[in-house]
Amino acid sequence: MEEKRTAWERLQLIHTKGRPTIRDYIPLIFTDFYEMHGDRLFGDDRAIIGGIARLDNRPVTIIAEVKGRDINENKACNFAMPHPEGYRKALRLAKQAEKFHRPVICFIDTPGAFCGVAAEERGQGEAIAKNIAEFMTLRTPVISIVLGEGGSGGALALGVCDELAMLENAEYSVLSPRGFASILWKDASREEEASGIMRITAEDMVELGVAEAIIEEPLGGAHNDLDKISENIKEYLSQKIPEKCQKDIDVLLKERYTKFRKIGAFTE
Amino acid sequence: MFEDFFDVVKKRFNGSDDDYKPPMFKCPRCQDTSPLSKYEELHRVCPKCNYHGRLSSKERIAITVDKESFKEFDKDMKSLNPLDFPEYDEKQQELRDSTEVNDAIVTGTATIKGSPVVIGVMDSRYMMGSMGSVVGEKIARAFEYATENGMPVVMFTASGGARMQEGIVSLMQMAKTSGAVKLHNDAGGLYIAVMTDPTTGGVTASFASLGDIIIAEPKVLIGFAGRRVIEGTIKQRLPEDFQLAEFMHEKGFVDMIVERKKMRSVLSHLLKLHGYDRKEV
Repeated sequence: MEEKRTAWERLQLIHTKGRPTIRDYIPLIFTDFYEMHGDRLFGDDRAIIGGIARLDNRPVTIIAEVKGRDINENKACNFAMPHPEGYRKALRLAKQAEKFHRPVICFIDTPGAFCGVAAEERGQGEAIAKNIAEFMTLRTPVISIVLGEGGSGGALALGVCDELAMLENAEYSVLSPRGFASILWKDASREEEASGIMRITAEDMVELGVAEAIIEEPLGGAHNDLDKISENIKEYLSQKIPEKCQKDIDVLLKERYTKFRKIGAFTE
Repeated sequence: MFEDFFDVVKKRFNGSDDDYKPPMFKCPRCQDTSPLSKYEELHRVCPKCNYHGRLSSKERIAITVDKESFKEFDKDMKSLNPLDFPEYDEKQQELRDSTEVNDAIVTGTATIKGSPVVIGVMDSRYMMGSMGSVVGEKIARAFEYATENGMPVVMFTASGGARMQEGIVSLMQMAKTSGAVKLHNDAGGLYIAVMTDPTTGGVTASFASLGDIIIAEPKVLIGFAGRRVIEGTIKQRLPEDFQLAEFMHEKGFVDMIVERKKMRSVLSHLLKLHGYDRKEV
C-alpha cells in the first residue's frame, strides 16, 4: 500500500471522475447477471440496482447503490440517493435470496438517502428502519462492501451484514463532513476539519468494529486499474462467501447480531 | 409620603403587589397566552390550541405509569467519547447537572393500570434526544429484557436523530436498536411506539418506525430529513403541515393520534387487548 492518505484526501479521491461504479464492477466480478426491477409496491428506483448473478459459478443476489459515470447516468440514478422504493426493492430481493438460499452481496455507494418531499411522503424513515431490522434476521449470508461513499442511514440500509469490507479509500460516516460541520459548527466550510475528526476511513471502521476487512486499491486509487481492483474485490468475495455459506445459519445470525450489539462506548 | 401610604393600602386591598402578574405561558404555536398553572395542570398542553409541549422523561413517566411502579434500568450508564470530540465530555457534564438525567433516554419497568411493561422515554432536553452509545445500549437492553421476560415495550420517542459527536458509532446504534426490536418481534412481543415532539432522523429510520402499533401526539414533528435540508434540495418553502403527525397519519405511517390526556388510558387498553393484564412485574 502507498503512504496513508488523510480522510480529506480520500474524500477527494472517491469523488474523482472515473472512480469505478458498480456498473463497471459487475461484468468483471460476476457472470450471468440478470437485473430485477421494482419494489412491487410503487415503482423502480434506479438509485439501487439488484439482481441475480453467479460468483465462481455460485448463484448470488447482488444489491447495489448506483453512482452515475456521467451527468445522464447521474440524473437517471439520482446521484445514488435512493427513495423508499429503492430500499423496498432491496428488501424484496433480499427476501427472494433468502427463499432460494442465495447469499446476498450489497455494494454501498451513496451520499445518503434522498431528502425530498416524495421520499418523506412514502416513508423514507420506515423503509430504512425496516431494511435494518429485516437484514438482521435474514436467513442467508450477507456481505456488504463500501465502494466509495457510505453516507448515513442510506448506507446502513444495505449495511446490516455478516461482514463489512471497505475499499481502501472508501468512507463510512453518520453524515457528510460538510453536513457535520454545518450542524455542529454552523459552518459548512469547515468540512476538511470535520473529516479529520469524524473517523470515517477504512482503518477507523476496522478499529471501531464497524468493518472487518479492507480491500486494497491499486496505486493512486481504484480508477487507475479497474481490472486490478475488480480482481481484489472478487478475491475477497470468493473467500468470504463460501466461508459464510458453510456456517450454520443460526450461529451466523447470532454473530451478526453480536457484531452490531457490541458497538458503543459507555461506562456504568 | 402620602403616595407611599396609598400604595400600602392599595396593596392590602388588592391582596397583592401592583406589579404582580401570575406567570403566563405563551404558546409557541397559537401565540396566545394562558396562565402557566393551567398549562402545567394540563401536563403542558396549551388550553387554547391543544399544542402539546415537550415533557422531560421524568414528567412523562409520572403521567404514564402507575404511581411508584417505575424501576429504572442502567441509571448510571454514561457515554464515553469515541471520537475524542472536543468539549463533548464537558457539554455532557453540564447537561447531566442541569437535566438530572445521564443521557437522552430513561428505561425501566413499570405498570400501566396494572399491566406490566418495559418502558423507555427519550428526553429531548439532553442534546436534542440524540442517539449515541448510551441511548442505543439502553434501548437494546430494554428490548432484550422484555424478550426474555415475555413483556411488552412502550417507547416514547423524541429525538433529533443521530448523536453527531459520536460519529459512525452513533449510526451503528440504529442497527443495534432495530436488531433488538426485531428479536422481540420475532418472539411475539408487543411493541408500541409513541412518537412525541420531535421524532426525526436516525431514530425515525430505526426503532421508532418499527412499532407493531405507532401512536403520535397531535401535531408533533415526524420525519426522516430535516425541513431545512429538504427546502434546500427542492429550493422552495414547504407547507406548514409537512411532517406533522397528521401528515404522517394521512400517509399511512402512524396508526393513531392520541392526545396526552388520553394516552395512559389508550395504552392500557391496547396492552390489555394483547393479553397483558394485571400481574406483578
